[in-house]
Amino acid sequence: MPLFWLILIVLVIAAVGYMLGRSRALANAGGDSRELHSLPSYYGWNVALKAMVPTFGLLIVWLLAQPLYVNSVISGMIPDSAIDDGSSRGLVMAEVRRAATGLDNAVAQGLMDEDFARNARADFTDVTQRLKDAGQIVTAEVTQTVLRAAQRYRIVNSTGYLIMSIAAIVVALAGTLFALRETRALFRARNVVEFGIHALLVAAASIAILTTVGIVLSLVFNTWEFFRLYPASDFFFGLNWAPSFSGRGGSSDLGVLPLLWGTFYISIVALAVAVPIGLFAAIYLSEYASPRVRSVAKPLLEILAGIPTIVYGLFALLTVGPLLLKVFGDDGLGWMQAGTAVMTAGLVMGIMLIPFVSSLSDDIINAVPQAMRDGSYGLGATQSETIRQVVIPAALPGIVGAILLAASRAIGETMIVVLGAGAAARLSLNPFEAMTTVTAKIVSQLTGDADFASPEALVAFALGMTLFVLTLGLNIIALYIVRKYREQYE
Amino acid sequence: MNDMTAVDKTVETQRTKIAAQNVNVYYGDSHAIKDVNVEIEDKTVTAFIGPSGCGKSTFLRCLNRMNDTIDICRVTGDILLEGEDIYAKSVDPVQLRAQVGMVFQKPNPFPKSIYDNVAYGPRIHGMAKSKSDLDDIVEKSLRRGAIWDEVKDRLHAPGTGLSGGQQQRLCIARAVATEPEVLLMDEPCSALDPIATAQVEELIDELRENYSVVIVTHSMQQAARVSQKTAFFHLGNLVEFGPTGQIFTNPEDPRTESYITGRIG
Repeated sequence: MPLFWLILIVLVIAAVGYMLGRSRALANAGGDSRELHSLPSYYGWNVALKAMVPTFGLLIVWLLAQPLYVNSVISGMIPDSAIDDGSSRGLVMAEVRRAATGLDNAVAQGLMDEDFARNARADFTDVTQRLKDAGQIVTAEVTQTVLRAAQRYRIVNSTGYLIMSIAAIVVALAGTLFALRETRALFRARNVVEFGIHALLVAAASIAILTTVGIVLSLVFNTWEFFRLYPASDFFFGLNWAPSFSGRGGSSDLGVLPLLWGTFYISIVALAVAVPIGLFAAIYLSEYASPRVRSVAKPLLEILAGIPTIVYGLFALLTVGPLLLKVFGDDGLGWMQAGTAVMTAGLVMGIMLIPFVSSLSDDIINAVPQAMRDGSYGLGATQSETIRQVVIPAALPGIVGAILLAASRAIGETMIVVLGAGAAARLSLNPFEAMTTVTAKIVSQLTGDADFASPEALVAFALGMTLFVLTLGLNIIALYIVRKYREQYE
Repeated sequence: MNDMTAVDKTVETQRTKIAAQNVNVYYGDSHAIKDVNVEIEDKTVTAFIGPSGCGKSTFLRCLNRMNDTIDICRVTGDILLEGEDIYAKSVDPVQLRAQVGMVFQKPNPFPKSIYDNVAYGPRIHGMAKSKSDLDDIVEKSLRRGAIWDEVKDRLHAPGTGLSGGQQQRLCIARAVATEPEVLLMDEPCSALDPIATAQVEELIDELRENYSVVIVTHSMQQAARVSQKTAFFHLGNLVEFGPTGQIFTNPEDPRTESYITGRIG
């Protein structure tokens, strides 16, 4: 039975349970809903929740556990002799799974009947041919062992799903019955539903947190793997970034410093553009602009934040780069060799960051109490004196927080760098030279066809980890500063 | 001259500091102040009383053009400070506010040190020639604000760390530091406890020696305690203006009597 139908059945059981629970509670109170402890719908939800929650919990656990169980059963069937040199049990298992899927699809297309697919004596060359006819990917001739294992795999799996379906329906029915039995006029259904909602919210929050933890762990493990293949000191202190593209390590130089330098250089150029422009725009919008101008200008400015970064990248590649080249290139000052440079990417990234700085700063400047401004005006200060000496100092911690958030955006930016700054990892002070950043290199290391276990590919995780630690640090500092600021006016 | 001047002459009369003639204030379409005529004397505490929304704060804010910061606010009529129209084109509102200082309802020290709070005005207006000059101005102002003894050992601590009453006296010291001629106070004690209120009231009485003080208050007892002259506003009109004693004991207008005895408001 497909999972979709199973879920639908459980939902139907829950819906029926809802109706039954509601009417049973009403009947118990003699039809007078004022005699009930809770509103009638709560009794319905109580039944529905008790039908659904344990069932879906069971389904999730089962779906996670079954593949593990089936894998261990099937891989026990494969004798060591069936595993070729240079191959591994994992690869053979992948082959088994592929064959099993192929059999499933062939049956679904009507090229085989179920009996044939299960036939233990089927000729494996014939099966291979039929699988190929069905358009299934078969890497080699399906061997006898693989075929037997695949057949067994299908049987164990389908039995497992059958048992799961029955168990799920039984659990759903049992939950419904249990809940219906406890439904009485004085039963505190409202509190149960309240608890259910609480649990739902906790679950949502913990999924978000656990995902973060999971991402970090996967980074940590892969980084660890990388450092076993490549010395950490060479990674952190190496001045040269020159991965060999043939794979297989040894000849690669994987020093992170040129990449970090490129990241910081481009981010600094970007912030040098974004911070003054963004801050001044925010001051104009919050202090000088009339409400009408503000109501038009602020959303327009925020549109900048909605432009996909790839579009900014195109803008850098096609407009800003050639423009800079005209001024600073060989025809002009002669400092620039090509359109892709730190300056190109930095300028465009700065434009991208303007709305981050201005929007946050604007909110923070608006949060400075009017009483502060009145106090200053009342002493005979002009508007710009008031802004410079009272409003900005009062808002400064928040503005610093906004700038740090923009900085962590800049450090994590990829597309603009790929298109605007080039791909050469270089340690140089000239902002008109091409450089590259950590993020751009993560992309290029993982999109090649390097072996996934080689240091050239694994270095991406170490780079990711480095970047993660950097931006996390910046975000923590930013949050700390913003929070400190909040306490000031409460 | 209106008929109230006759009453004024019965008490010791000071020079007129601010004269308001036929002042009308509009917020967009609503008419907030209607034809107000009032003469505020030098070295006198003048109290504005009246129910909420009667326009007393609005009128107070006209006296140093704080209403200029509100876009929809329009003022007509003449307000003369020492005989000069403060709404004339030649008058710089920023300079005017240095002459007519203001203390607000809620204490609003800047998020700076106590010293910098007081030094703010003098610095902006270039009143001190040197650092020691500035130190003198700060000390003098804090003494006038009756808070010097409490803060002299921590001048560089943040002004926001003081208690509410101390903050309000700091704000008064800050306003005094620019050496204004008139001090406007918009319900300066409404955010304070009785003890701090008493301290501020005592301070207001001392300030009378040097300044003309105008105070808006909701508390009629406070008006009776600190002011020599009282103006009663109702629905945007100045109902009655005269010596405080007369307003509270023998009001001429029935509306004033109703308000003072607690029947309206």
